[in-house]
Amino acid sequence: MKNITQKSLLEISRLLQERQVKVMEIVQACLERIDETEPKINALLHLDRESSLSRAIAMDKSGPDPDKPLWGVPITIKDVICTRDLPTTCGSKILENFRPCYEATLVKKLRDAGAIILGKNNMDEFAMGSSTENSAFKTTRNPWNLEHVPGGSSGGSAAGVAAGQCFASIGTDTGGSIRQPAAFCGITGLKPTYGRVSRFGLVAFGSSLDQAGPMTRTVGDCALLMNVISGHDPLDSTSWPGPVPDFPAAVSKRQDLKGLRIGLPRQYWEEGLSPETLERCENAVSLARDAGAAVVEVEMPHAQFGIAAYYIIAMAEASSNLARYDGVKYGFRDNSSADLLEMYRKTRSRGLGEEVQRRIMIGTYVLSAGYYDAYFKKAAQIRRLIQQDYLRAFESCDLVCAPVTPSTAFKIGENIHDPLQMYLTDIFTTSLNLAGMPGLTIPVGLGKDTGLPVGIQFIAPAFEETIVLQAGQVLENALPALGAPKALN
Amino acid sequence: MEITKKQVARIADLARLELKEEKVEKFALQFSDIIGYMDKMNSLDTTGVEPLYSPWAGTSVTRRDEAAKNYQRADLLVNAPVQDGQYFIVPKIL
Repeated sequence: MKNITQKSLLEISRLLQERQVKVMEIVQACLERIDETEPKINALLHLDRESSLSRAIAMDKSGPDPDKPLWGVPITIKDVICTRDLPTTCGSKILENFRPCYEATLVKKLRDAGAIILGKNNMDEFAMGSSTENSAFKTTRNPWNLEHVPGGSSGGSAAGVAAGQCFASIGTDTGGSIRQPAAFCGITGLKPTYGRVSRFGLVAFGSSLDQAGPMTRTVGDCALLMNVISGHDPLDSTSWPGPVPDFPAAVSKRQDLKGLRIGLPRQYWEEGLSPETLERCENAVSLARDAGAAVVEVEMPHAQFGIAAYYIIAMAEASSNLARYDGVKYGFRDNSSADLLEMYRKTRSRGLGEEVQRRIMIGTYVLSAGYYDAYFKKAAQIRRLIQQDYLRAFESCDLVCAPVTPSTAFKIGENIHDPLQMYLTDIFTTSLNLAGMPGLTIPVGLGKDTGLPVGIQFIAPAFEETIVLQAGQVLENALPALGAPKALN
Repeated sequence: MEITKKQVARIADLARLELKEEKVEKFALQFSDIIGYMDKMNSLDTTGVEPLYSPWAGTSVTRRDEAAKNYQRADLLVNAPVQDGQYFIVPKIL
């Protein structure tokens, strides 16, 4: 079978269930694709070649199971999510040799659904970054142009899915870390509603913001994975006990956008977009209009404070969450220290990378006596106002549509020495995490100047992922496919 | 707002980090930049706005207060840099 690794997850799953291909063929095709592309893109931190092959043998022997929607499908997982039989490093030296003795709930659900976990994806250390340059181990490259970043922090996941190393990856999104790399690499990514997918086994960065979600080549694949990983989990006290819709069924119900009102936040569309990004995004909006959607303008009056509020809250939560890396229970320890306090300091200073140290320190500062009200509480008040902006917008529209990033993927090294400049690239993605709402990004074409992918995002009220998936599917059908990433041909 | 080298050293101490002199200098400049940007929040009057600390401010979820043996001691100790089969071992405290 030709180009098997570029097929959609849905298509591969159907072929596997119908025994038109063997699990072994698919796994071997992915491993070959990895061998071919990995030296160029560096998307993986660990590859589980042997046990993937032995699982394939066992599955081919037992035959397909119609109750398992991912039976025999090779996928990868961002290395911030705990996997029992594979390392989980979070892209950090401090967890270089860490092997969790438990499995994240979402990983267990994927395995129960029959997925084969091929390996773990590279990422910015502890998911802190927008380019994957902050990994302690390697720099992932964009499959469309190897001189450019894949985005971050789920850059390894995005690059690997775009390259056809696997049929999907699970990433995490604290301030855009699924949507921004998906947009930069020309794939689809969904940040579910906060509480939709269990965070048990997801190594914490910003606990009130973090959410795991699918990164795929099509909207249909994304919907299928949502069926598998969603749902209440008693092991995560913030997981939502409400019902989980049948996402693929909901997506197939809608052929057009008639009766849907799409809101364009004026502040997002006026905010210094590169001409090619604006051109592609406006084209997508006009296709949505052609498909029957009513397009209205909405206001996000507090949008300009989003980045400041987001980074204060994320850094404050990080400074607290990362206190656990002290060289005692797991990970790296500096053995040269005479006493406990010195051991803590030396371990953390040598084991954690510069961006992580920067964020821990700013987080510590904004939580410290005398600054708490001025920064942390103030940011939480703005968070309330941003959530209210969304709720008010949803009174006049069913979903919101916005660009994902101001421009296409930037060059490796371009922003790495200016942390503030790097934070500002997250301008369109962070407010969603503050509000806890779901957002889907799909590719809308290649920029005419850079030739790199442009993405657009749909945002819906909490627990209304079906609306963004439906809109994404209609638009995906209306747009020409991007094709295979250019730098890998 | 300007963040001084002395403040950076104090924050590093609170965060249990040990910074070389050149990093203290670099962070002081960068933090002034970053915190300076955050200060734009002050242009907005938020008097009387209830802070939002989590998207879904549900009530606290508690479990029954019962002991359960979910993990084996050996499995939990295996990742520790120094342990004796029973406990995590740390350098002298006193």
